Amino acid sequence: MDKVKPHFMPGGRLEKLQSVYDGMETFLFTPNTTSQTGVHIHDGNDLKRTMITVVVALLPALLFAMYNIGYQHFIAIGQPDAPFMTMFGYGLLALLPCIVVSYAVGLGIEFIAAQIHHKEIQEGFLVTGILIPLIVPINTPLWMVAVATAFAVIFAKEVFGGTGMNIFNVALITRAFLFFAYPSRMSGDAAFVKTDCILGIGEGSVIDTYTGATPLGQLATHVGDTLQLNNVIGEPITTCDAFMGLIAGSPGETSMIAILIGAAILLITGVASWRVMASVFVGGLAMASLAHAFPTPTYAASMLDPISQLCYGGFAFAAVFMATDPVTGARTRTGQYIYGFLIGVFAILIRVYNGGYPEGAMLAILLMNAFAPLIDHCVVSSNIKRRARRATVK
Amino acid sequence: MSTIKLKKGYDLKLKGGITQLEITGNPATSSCYGIIPDDFTGIIPRLDKKPGETVKAGEPIYHDKNFEKVKVTSPVSGTIKEVCRGERRKIEAIIIEPDGKDEQIKHDISQPVIDVLVESGLWVMLRQRPYDVVPNPDVRPRDIFVTGFDSAPLAPNLIFVMGEKSKYLEKGIEVLSTLTDGKVYIGVNNSEITISGAEVNIFEGPHPAGNAGIQAANLKPVNKGDVIWTLDIVTLARIGELFTTGIVSHDTVVALTGECVAQPRYVKSTIGCSISSLLGDEVKDDARIISGNVLTGVKVNVDSFLRAPYRQITVIPENNNPDEFMGWASLNPKRFSLYRTFTSWLCGKREISMDARIKGGERAIVRLDEYDNMLPMDIYAEFLIKAIISFDIDKMEQLGIYEVAPEDFALAEFACTSKLELQRIVREGLDRMRAEMA
Repeated sequence: MDKVKPHFMPGGRLEKLQSVYDGMETFLFTPNTTSQTGVHIHDGNDLKRTMITVVVALLPALLFAMYNIGYQHFIAIGQPDAPFMTMFGYGLLALLPCIVVSYAVGLGIEFIAAQIHHKEIQEGFLVTGILIPLIVPINTPLWMVAVATAFAVIFAKEVFGGTGMNIFNVALITRAFLFFAYPSRMSGDAAFVKTDCILGIGEGSVIDTYTGATPLGQLATHVGDTLQLNNVIGEPITTCDAFMGLIAGSPGETSMIAILIGAAILLITGVASWRVMASVFVGGLAMASLAHAFPTPTYAASMLDPISQLCYGGFAFAAVFMATDPVTGARTRTGQYIYGFLIGVFAILIRVYNGGYPEGAMLAILLMNAFAPLIDHCVVSSNIKRRARRATVK
Repeated sequence: MSTIKLKKGYDLKLKGGITQLEITGNPATSSCYGIIPDDFTGIIPRLDKKPGETVKAGEPIYHDKNFEKVKVTSPVSGTIKEVCRGERRKIEAIIIEPDGKDEQIKHDISQPVIDVLVESGLWVMLRQRPYDVVPNPDVRPRDIFVTGFDSAPLAPNLIFVMGEKSKYLEKGIEVLSTLTDGKVYIGVNNSEITISGAEVNIFEGPHPAGNAGIQAANLKPVNKGDVIWTLDIVTLARIGELFTTGIVSHDTVVALTGECVAQPRYVKSTIGCSISSLLGDEVKDDARIISGNVLTGVKVNVDSFLRAPYRQITVIPENNNPDEFMGWASLNPKRFSLYRTFTSWLCGKREISMDARIKGGERAIVRLDEYDNMLPMDIYAEFLIKAIISFDIDKMEQLGIYEVAPEDFALAEFACTSKLELQRIVREGLDRMRAEMA
């Protein structure tokens, strides 16, 4: 690395790629600069490690997503006995292009922005880049993913100053952009299960009972007094299935188990705030219980018991990986409780009482992102008032 | 006497601590002594002595531009050898060559207390909040806070450093009590210490519990308009000695610590002595010598001098040339971190080795609660830092800038994932604020 370094420094042939070079160098080797002012020793942790830890926490959900994409495909084409590796391989091939596109577009923009501002490349997109494929429906065309990612990175992040400065969660902005720009491709029965074959794997046509509807999709269109959710081929499913995750939905969100493993990693390493995470679940449970106390067929989701509410859809994934984004959330401790609780409440409120949006977690978090600074302001104000009361001089 | 338990903060257990409370070897003698004006924040030096002139121990070598009676004195008798100047002729060091005669200035202690203190040179060892600068002698402080222990990594035991001078403590308290309408508070870390004449409180908890400012914040915070003074117990004993004998003692006990010191130990020396007189050729070229502790100390080299508060040297590996491959993916438990993102926490509490690398690039503040966990004060540290960076005077004031000093943020700076220079930010904020309020 040191040999080619002069080319990338100002004045060198490749000075336009200096940020890229720096990024690669710090990626491969820990910077060996030593402190010149201030403290003489520094903690081993840096933002790279923090972000990588989140990526590691996402791996169980990612791997499960690959398997589940395959599983949903093979039951849809009537081959539920296909070997594990075939299912996993199918899912891998289905998801990989989306991951590649998300990273290529997002990191490309980050590299360019870093070079324009002559800054180091920042790590924020490492996490965003893996979140995006996990929250967009698997049948989303890659060009849509590319457009949405570019929109989110530029307008939700770089215009605010890059990693650590954004107001809204970048991955959710990507999802929201897709949701509002291409609504027909983002919900309904054709979005969440991949039915075509990939590179010759998974050939076959869908069986007659196939619907492709996700549980929340079914809730949104449900009529009648009795509620029975089904899988993509019309067989009944239970909350236990939702907990395991072998149901239709956005790739990363289906398995409660994989998400809980990720949550454990985030909480043990202390990367995510347990206050936010716990209070989202508490808020969700509270609102779900309230809704369940007054079940009405008009709002079919209110007939779901509170535990099932948390297991279906993207609620758990959002609580663990999205609400806990420290940059866009509340930063004071008291604020974290309020912020999380309201996310939980709004997510279920939107899901149950707004037929237009089968899943409320995305909108709830984006809404609370906007309110997080206000929550912090109120919490900090109490400290300011306490200090002002103490003072004798005004 | 009450006990105050502080939960926030962290005790870094570095390698190279001193195990035995005893002074090793003869007092170190130095071929020249140096006074560094930067040690006395808030003072703009105006020289009283030119190179070539002779001075006695305790005789002023420069005074403050704004408060002319505030003086900095020579620790030894001898000749002014050199005045080192840097950019814009800023005085960086005043070097004194000792003549070995050991002539001392004897002060007339029947004069008003303040006058004796400012003339003696002990005044500049005090700090005032707000702004963490040498106090303004015209302002009477609300209270005076004395810290009886240093909680920083590898820090010396102040009671041991004070040694026999502890007999002057009561005199020191008596003198300081006349300077405030409030109380003299002393914060200690064990109940066996009995000191009469002051309010003694026991502080339990990790660093920065030993910072006088932290103790003040947990007893009686500095409000807008308040002025308090902070000092350590060794300085208090020196003040007591001055008002008993009329002489300022310039001898000091220095703790030589850190993993690059062959045998960590206490040695006797004199204020402003050269680093080489303390360490000799014990230290290898690639080591970092810090005058002070690893958090708040100053980087020095063997040719320079012991810096205020003249009681500790830490030597750690500089380690500026290892190309650690993909360090961010490291599973090595030796890579210490407060956070469980690395594996060091699995090995329990043991002595750790730290080098001077920053181990990451500067970023925006991302992680939650990092600063708050390291600062046992009723302050939203992160919001205060942001207010300082944007220099929003109203916000800084509202969020408690008057209560803090850079040293209080040292541990947070160590822990900062975004590698921000918090002490520098706070120092600049205080300086600008002080200029603005003047």
